[in-house]
Amino acid sequence: MALPDRTSLATVVRRIASFMKKPFSKLPEALVRLLIVFAAVIGLTIVVVKFVIPPRFKDTRIQWAETTEKEAAKPLRYAGAVACTECHDEIVAEKKKGYHRDLSCETCHGPTKAHTEDPDNIKPPAPRDRKFCPVCHTFNPSRPRGFPMISPVAHNPMKACFTCHNPHDPKPPTVPRECSACHGEIARTLSVSHHVQLKCTTCHKVPARHRVSPRVVKPTKPASRDFCGKCHGQESSYKGSPKVDLATHGEKYVCWQCHYPHLPEVE
Amino acid sequence: MDRRSFLRKLLSSLALSGGVLGGFLRILPARALETAEPAKTLWGFGVSVDKCIGCARCVVACKTENSVPKEPFFYRTWVERYMIPKTGEAEVTNIHTGLAPDAEVPSKPIFRSFFVPKLCNQCAHPPCVQVCPVGATFSTDDGVVLVNDKTCIGCRYCIQACPYGARYLHPETHTADKCTFCYHRLNRDLLPACVEVCPTQARVIGDMNSAASPMTRFKRMNKIFVLKPNLNTEPKVLYANIDGEVR
Repeated sequence: MALPDRTSLATVVRRIASFMKKPFSKLPEALVRLLIVFAAVIGLTIVVVKFVIPPRFKDTRIQWAETTEKEAAKPLRYAGAVACTECHDEIVAEKKKGYHRDLSCETCHGPTKAHTEDPDNIKPPAPRDRKFCPVCHTFNPSRPRGFPMISPVAHNPMKACFTCHNPHDPKPPTVPRECSACHGEIARTLSVSHHVQLKCTTCHKVPARHRVSPRVVKPTKPASRDFCGKCHGQESSYKGSPKVDLATHGEKYVCWQCHYPHLPEVE
Repeated sequence: MDRRSFLRKLLSSLALSGGVLGGFLRILPARALETAEPAKTLWGFGVSVDKCIGCARCVVACKTENSVPKEPFFYRTWVERYMIPKTGEAEVTNIHTGLAPDAEVPSKPIFRSFFVPKLCNQCAHPPCVQVCPVGATFSTDDGVVLVNDKTCIGCRYCIQACPYGARYLHPETHTADKCTFCYHRLNRDLLPACVEVCPTQARVIGDMNSAASPMTRFKRMNKIFVLKPNLNTEPKVLYANIDGEVR
């Protein structure tokens, strides 16, 4: 193929130019100007969006990474229990033995980050009045069974808690004679039931270890039907209790599997 | 070009371009070896409902740690008290955070009663993230849902969308706010404030991808339930020993 000579090149250029002119030459001039303005605006927008606006304004992934960093860098208020052990090792060792062993220092003393940074001038509060301990230890029927609860109105009303109980190793000054010290809900239920005269130990054997590890060593429950039968069996000589025939009544169950002994039904 | 040379050239060029393409797309076995990364952290939260004593120390600690407004109904975590009568609907109240014990008397005789701590469930499929019109809320790689308060426009869509009611509009910043599992504490190897102060260890947190973490033990030792499982949000807050009445 031979190279085109000059004249034919000029013809090609002229033809292309006339072709480019053609579409515009047929349009009204006002529209052509408008199109030019539109093209300029679109071009400018593309330039602005692509190059002028910084990427962190557009890209959510950058924003999210920034938020994650910002969130991770937020200041602390609670220092964490480990921080306390560095200086207060004696109290920590004392607390480890008692019922409050799993309780964090800051549950009672409040946020202590400021105290760890400036231990001499900023002291965390120690609640010493009768308002704080009842937050956890007031009787409330919604609390789990066996959690130690008292009625602040009836329980030594004028004394501050720490006069009798060491909050770092709390235990009753004397071993509680009454089970109601912890089992408040059962004691209250029992007090309005027909079994109000029965002692806890009539039906439950309580191992001594139960007072030390209440959740690990548990009191017994009557294991046989004959136990309730002593009062409720037909042969029982005890008067004033409803009687059933043990041989035919609820054969395979122990009595307390249907009847709640702390509040037996009246009928 | 005869048939033999045509076939030879065709096959060899196919093999060559296939190899180049395969190398470019990295579908060769070398890629499989490359991706054996260690499992990432995935934060999970456990709540033992039967251990909660309703002292609201968690709520107070959360408000202090995260500058949540004290009053009246702004919570990142809160504790509900369920009172279930012999017949009829359960009565649910939000326990208050003051020092005086609850004086509320139920209207009906109560059959059983308990406390349920609640917080953001950090769903794997979070409805709040789906509805955000500006992409201000998102899931991090370690499974926590966060809010970008710079781009949040305060439209409240996410607050409406959350089936657990875990979000609120912060009255000062006018942006959505919610529990972050105390993301700033987790990143410093500390427990979230609520877990730190809980006196009965009703709350635990840990890495669910780790073979040995408090959360792995929690999942192994308990019968686990999540709130509103029918919504398929796949919460990362797991409940143990929870009552069927809890909504």
